[in-house]
This record gives sequence, C-alpha cells and structure tokens, in this order.
Amino acid sequence: MFVEDVLTATIRSGTPVLYAAQGEVIAERSGVINLGTEGCMLIGALAGFAATANTQSPIIGVVAAAGAGAALALVHAFVVITRRANQLASGLAVTFLGLGVAAILGRHYVDQSVHPLNQVRIPLLSDIPFLGNVLFHHDVLTYAGMALGPLLWLFLYRTRWGLILRATGEQASVAFAYGHSPARVRYLAVMAGGALAGIGGAQLVLAYTLSWVENVTVGRGFVAVALVIFAGWDPLKATLGAWVFGGALAVQLQLQARGVSISPFLLQMTPYVLTLAILAVASRGRAQRAPGEIRAVFGKAAA
Amino acid sequence: MNRRSTSWALLLLIAVMLAACGSTGSNASKPGKTTIGFLYVGAKNDFGYNQAAYQGSLAVKKAFPDAKVLEAENVPETAEAERVMEKMISDGATIIFPTSFGHLQPAMNVAKRHPNVTFLHQGGLKTAKNLGTYFGTIYDTQYAVGQAAGMATKSNKLGYVVAFPIAQTLLNVNAFERGAQSVNPKAKTSVVFTGNWCDPGKQAEAANSLLDQHVDVMAQHQDCTKTIVQTAERRGAMSTGYHVDASKFAPHGWLTGSEWNWGPLFVNMVKTVEAGKFHQSPYAGRYRAGIKEGLVQLAPYGAAATPAIRQKVQATEEALRSGKLAAFAGPVRDQSGKVQIPAGKTPDSYQLENTTYLVQGVVGQIPSG
Repeated sequence: MFVEDVLTATIRSGTPVLYAAQGEVIAERSGVINLGTEGCMLIGALAGFAATANTQSPIIGVVAAAGAGAALALVHAFVVITRRANQLASGLAVTFLGLGVAAILGRHYVDQSVHPLNQVRIPLLSDIPFLGNVLFHHDVLTYAGMALGPLLWLFLYRTRWGLILRATGEQASVAFAYGHSPARVRYLAVMAGGALAGIGGAQLVLAYTLSWVENVTVGRGFVAVALVIFAGWDPLKATLGAWVFGGALAVQLQLQARGVSISPFLLQMTPYVLTLAILAVASRGRAQRAPGEIRAVFGKAAA
Repeated sequence: MNRRSTSWALLLLIAVMLAACGSTGSNASKPGKTTIGFLYVGAKNDFGYNQAAYQGSLAVKKAFPDAKVLEAENVPETAEAERVMEKMISDGATIIFPTSFGHLQPAMNVAKRHPNVTFLHQGGLKTAKNLGTYFGTIYDTQYAVGQAAGMATKSNKLGYVVAFPIAQTLLNVNAFERGAQSVNPKAKTSVVFTGNWCDPGKQAEAANSLLDQHVDVMAQHQDCTKTIVQTAERRGAMSTGYHVDASKFAPHGWLTGSEWNWGPLFVNMVKTVEAGKFHQSPYAGRYRAGIKEGLVQLAPYGAAATPAIRQKVQATEEALRSGKLAAFAGPVRDQSGKVQIPAGKTPDSYQLENTTYLVQGVVGQIPSG
C-alpha cells in the first residue's frame, strides 16, 4: 500500500539524519555550532563499517562509530572552545578533514561487505495492521532513534544537567556563576553531538546502504545542521524535520516505482525544499529561540 | 665516482629532465615508454564504472612495462579536470584518458592548448583533431542479461535503478526489457531515476521502493553498484550486475551482468598513438565497439542462474557476437506504441545514441527536463 510503504521508507531514510540532527541540537544548545557534523557522520560511517568488517559485530561497529565521531568533534571543540577560533570556519575545516581522512582510510573497505544490522520485528506490535510495518519492523538503531527526540527533550527540560546545558548555551556567565565550567559543558556537548552524528553515519552504512563508499553521506550532515536551526533547537521538531526529509526523499522514489514521472532535478531538490517549507511553517514566529551564545557567533547584526 | 663526475652526471640529468619538460611531446616518446594519464571521476575500486576503467589501465601497465602511467581519482567534471590534465602533461603525459562523460569539455579545452597530446575520451559525442572518443555498446550484453532476468522472474516484475535519463542509460533499459520480453512476454521493467551517479542512501531507497512493488530481479545503471545488489540480496530478490562483477555480494541472488573489458582496447589505442597512426585510425573519431570486439562481456553466472538460463544466455551471446541477433532489430515500439525502428531495420550505434524513448513494456516515464 502506497501510504504504508512511504511511511516505512520515511523512517528508514530519515534515521541517519535524525541522529546527526539530535547531536547538533545538543552541541548548539551549549552554544557551539558544529558544521563538522557531516565530517563526523562520515568518519563514524567508516569507523562503524570498518570495525564491523573486522569483528563481524555491528555492536562494536556502532561503538566505534560513536567514538570516531566524538573524536573528530573533539578537534572542533578544541579549536573553538580552547583556541576560540571561528566556529563556522572550524566546522567546515572539520568536515573536509573527515571527508579526506575517511576517503583515505576507507579505500580498503570499498570492496568489503559487512554483517548488517538486522531488522528486528517487535513481537505483537509488528502485527498491528498498517502501523506494525511502518513503526515496528526496523533495526535497533532506528528504534533508538525514534526514542531519541523525546528522551533528549526530557533531558533538556526536565533534568538538572539539561538546565546546565541550556544555561551554558544561553548565557555562559550565568552557568559559570553557578559553579559550572562552560568550557567543560561545551566539550562534552560537542563530543556527544559528534558521537550521535557518528552513530547516524554507522546506521546509514550498517543498516541501510550495507556498503562504504567515499562521501557516502552526500551532504546529510549539512541537512542535519540546517534542520536544527529550522526546528528552533527543539529535539521533537528535529525528529519531525528528519522524517520530513526522509519522507520527501522516499516519496519520489516510491512514486517512480509506481510509474509516475518526476524530473531528476526536481528529485534532487524536493527533500530540501519540502523540509525547509514545513519547518518554516512549524516554527513561525520563533526566530528568537536561538540560544544566546549561538546568536553571538553570528555577531550582533544577526541577533 | 669522484666528486667532479658526480656533478657532471647531475648536470646531465638536469639537462635531460629540462629537455624532457620542454618537449611537449613534439619528439614523440619512444614506443613503450610513453607517459599515459588516466582520470577517473570516482574511486578506482568502486565496483563500478571507475573500477572498470582502472582495470583497463592495469592492462596498459602490463602491456607496456616501461610506460609511465599517471592516475587521478575523484576528478570532478569541472575546470578541476583541466588542471589535472595540465599537470599530467607537464609531467610528460602524451596520451590522456579522461574516462568520465563530463570530462569531455575540459578535455576539449586542454586538447586545444596541446595539439601534440592525444586525448581518448570515454563516452563522448564530440571529437577534436587530437581528441577521439570511444565507448562500448553495452546494451548488447544487457539484452542477454534481460533474458536471464525474464526467465528467472516469478512475479514478472523487473526493476531498474537509473541515474539520469540519457541515451546510454535508456538504451540499456530498453535492451534489458527487450531481452526479457523475448523469453517472457509478460515481463515488465519498472524504472526509477535517482538523479545521482552514486548516492548509496538513495540507491537503497530506490531498490526498496521497487522491491516493495514485488519486483524480484534488480538491474541498475549507477556508478557504484554494491548497495543495490546487497539490498536485493537481503530482501531475497535476484540481481543482475553492471560495469563489473559484483557476484560476491549476492551469493544467492546473482544471475549475471554486463561488464566492461577495456584493457585490450586501451592497449591497442596506445600502440596506435605510439606508431603515429592515430589520425588515420578509427580512434580519432567516435569509436564504438561491443560484444563482437570483446569490449563488453557477460559477468560470471551466479547461484540464481539455472542451467536453462545459462544455456539460453550463452546462445544469445553467441548470436549477438556473430551478428545474427541485435538488441535493437526492428520493429521497436516506444511506450506509446509508436514504431521507432521499423521492421527490417537495425540502426547502428551512432543512430542509437540519439535514443530518447523507453520501449513498450517499460513501466515509468522519462522525466521531463
């Protein structure tokens, strides 16, 4: 059935972006924009693929991916937090670093195959007509991804640590006055973000494409960064945004498989345009939601 | 060797090097010692288009052990390609193989500046005085691959994931469907265009959306081919390959596929250029060859290819090779039923390269603009 297939595909193809977007929410909530998310995804994808290829264990692969993503994010954190360099420039540099390093280290993995992350049917729930297939017939990382948005929301708004994170992002001096080191909070936030981006990359190659090629993410990390801004730094809306992106990507292919003609140029464009449009509508009138320290990155003019 | 003779030797070496640099190929290098440059648009181990071209370069290396082979991977189809070619020429290259369709314009520009360097472009439709193009009529083998798919399918639904709607891709889809129809009149091929030569995420989704429609044999025209083969395998469908043999990724579902065999052609081209016979040779124009010349061939059979399939495909392969059979022997009708190639006519590869339609039996439309 068309709607069922499209929704299933939506979740399937939105998940890598979802992880990266939630990671970026954490980083930006601490006051650091990480344009290196694309690089973290790529290096995570490679680390996940390589570790799985060598150990035949996707679990080790996912752990390696998180570690690699966090390690690359640490480079960005050091440059912008300790060395106080421009966040945007550093982020781009980190992306290209990740792209290049992954390309070189990944050469030998292009012709390898891995034991993929298998789909797990959730008993009982997967038998529900319609919803069963859409929601409960995926790999474990996809299930975890569904929970990630709400969990992160609870963390941000219902826990003390979430409060400290948000305070650091809004007004670092306040967090400092309450006895928390903004630098430490930011280091942790940026690395957590990198780890999630890495897991997103790993999900892409281990559950979805089942293969590694250079630049396998093709810009999904940048999409994630844009999503976060248009989602008003809200993890629930970021989840929505990632699924809209996945859905737009999936629906055109599903339509074509049913014999409907679509221009390949429109095809390239739709996921981006549709995601932007929906998020723009969803976050109307909330432009000022940007964490204070993020506004500072863009200077007074943009604030 | 004392110090003086060492410095003389050094000086001599420098002089030789300078001489080598100064002579942009005007004193054609000795046979077998030419410097040859290869440009690939992607990675040379992509299990696809670039790997096939790379294997061709290996054959050149083997045939001319004293030749210097320069290689550049991931060369974009932009002015960057011009820069790479200029660098190769300054490193002494006198023959350059820009192997991607979009490398043509940069190569034309560089060719104009270096009349003594010979350019052999893969897939191009334009030529210049010192630039010839070559390509293979891989739709020959796609016809035979389509037969394998048509015999193997149980749902009578075949799926084809295509990058862009250009003549080369349309010809492959058409040949595949015509092959399938020739053994199974009920077989239909559904086409999905991804708008990208290599985006594995999109490939996976395209394959999934076709498999959702109960397609049980997958075919593709992408630069990197692994993801679609593996996605089909994982969902219990069969697959046919393109560019190179990817059977190891589908131990259960692999049928066969089309693959390139550029090596002998590349070696022959280099020999022709070295002998100074490029301009009289067919390589100076639009050179096209196919199964007859051994430029394209069938990939090894896989577990899904039953003895009956192998027998049929082999017979077809021989008939194609001997010229008894052609993938596009008329009548050929397009999707609307209009006769595009009248009965009794068999267009040559040059005419076929103007193809802008899909044949009857293909489901899905060519995207407009």
